[in-house]
Amino acid sequence: MNDPATSLHTLAPKPIREIDTYSDSRDILAHSKREAQLKGYSDWLICDVDAHHVETVSWNEVVKYIEDPVLRDQADTYHKERTGAPPYGLNGDLGMRYQDVGGRIPHQSDRREKVETKTTHRDVVLTRRAMDGLSVDHMVLFPTPMLHLGLHPQPEMEVALAQAYNMWLTDRILSEDDGIVTLVYLPFNTPEEACRTVERFANKKGVIGFCVTSARHKPLHSNEYMKLYRMIEETGKPIAFHAGYHWQDPSLQTLPNFLSVHALGFVWCSMVMLTNWILSGIPEKFPKLKSIWVESGVAWIPALMQRLDDQYLMRQSEAPLLKRMPSDYMRENCWYTCQPMEKSNMKALELSFEMIKADTQLLYASDWPHFDFDTPGVIHDLPFLDETAKRNILGLNAARLFGLPTEKRQNKFILD
Amino acid sequence: MSAVCVGSADELKEAGRKVFDLEGTEIGVFHHEGAFYAWHNNCPHQGGPVCQGRLFRLVEEEVEANRETRGRRYHESRVNIVCPWHGIEYDVKTGQFPGNPAMALTPAKVYVENGEVFLDV
Repeated sequence: MNDPATSLHTLAPKPIREIDTYSDSRDILAHSKREAQLKGYSDWLICDVDAHHVETVSWNEVVKYIEDPVLRDQADTYHKERTGAPPYGLNGDLGMRYQDVGGRIPHQSDRREKVETKTTHRDVVLTRRAMDGLSVDHMVLFPTPMLHLGLHPQPEMEVALAQAYNMWLTDRILSEDDGIVTLVYLPFNTPEEACRTVERFANKKGVIGFCVTSARHKPLHSNEYMKLYRMIEETGKPIAFHAGYHWQDPSLQTLPNFLSVHALGFVWCSMVMLTNWILSGIPEKFPKLKSIWVESGVAWIPALMQRLDDQYLMRQSEAPLLKRMPSDYMRENCWYTCQPMEKSNMKALELSFEMIKADTQLLYASDWPHFDFDTPGVIHDLPFLDETAKRNILGLNAARLFGLPTEKRQNKFILD
Repeated sequence: MSAVCVGSADELKEAGRKVFDLEGTEIGVFHHEGAFYAWHNNCPHQGGPVCQGRLFRLVEEEVEANRETRGRRYHESRVNIVCPWHGIEYDVKTGQFPGNPAMALTPAKVYVENGEVFLDV
């Protein structure tokens, strides 16, 4: 031996496999599960307010729920007779899916892991595996390609596909597990259909709120949405704005790569929509309506608070409904998911938490299985938070906001 | 400190990379340009299984004397280990992230004796 103090050990090294697109989620997330055991998350309620499934894998099932008989028949024929074609009726980015950085992040490329069960839906199996790996009690499931559906040139197609997806999701996925919940997709470009969605789905099992995908161009403060906001306010459930990138947005067209368009695109659409939300006085019109701003990280919020406060002081007459400073509404009436949480400057992060009142307003989100997902450790390990704040952000804030149980789920599921 | 034999040098050279669980300590052994390197299988970013990720040659961008760029290309020899969780890249020889050398993998001692590869754990 090189070092005389070193003794020869006879243990048999156990080989560990490379991770690829065929790896099981439980193997990919094994380090997260081990971290949870080491840090004792077993009595921590953890709610993941933003995770995804790839709904287009099941698109041939989804289109069977389209209400319009002609569209439904066309979609069914399309999927029977074409191979290699994109999902029927969906707009979006087709092959411009660079999230996996050229194959560097296999779980973002594809999840070809084995799902043996014939009785439980594949998406339920995969979601449970992720919940197990991340130690999550409740996981809020969002679609993925449909995040672009608000940009569809045919508003009626947004309605048809959204309603089909909502029906399929509640019927096939949410019905199978109490821990899998959703913020139901609102076909926001057609306000009366968005209202109908609230009527139809507000009381369905697993529907804990409503979602507007933020990559779209209709002004959310338009009068045509007031009926919708009142209906949602009356349900007591929140409305979420899920950010997304939109490379065709003229303001982003000079950006040369996915790194830059992803970094700015998500934040940009959240900034535009939240500015309209606050300055048009929606929190004054609907004081009990809770809004959640999803998947733009945290750093943009203090910047927008300062920016809006600064300009509002000089131009109050352009926002006459406000009775407080814009940052007051952003702190009192809005909730935020933390992912992808910016951590390169811990002092800045601490100040951001203080400014947004993270103890009560911040919600843990993983964004699994996307390339920039966060484990619960990003909150658990923060040096400036006490345990109460950590427990609030990781689960209790969401439980209170959504009316979910505040106790850790016991015997939640058997993994397939 | 214990020395653990993880296989023959020839076998590991041919494989290029193997990752081992040594009673809870996970270490990746890499062979590159005639030498062995070993790194703990924990990404300093969020604890991901970095050594189980794919290997990619370093991407660089060619800039001419007039400062115009000529696009990206792969480096001829420098290879990065890519954490499969988030895609963070580390040089297989130095363990450093190319954009910030302070962010680096934790090394493990690896050596060859009598044709066998050993790790100190």
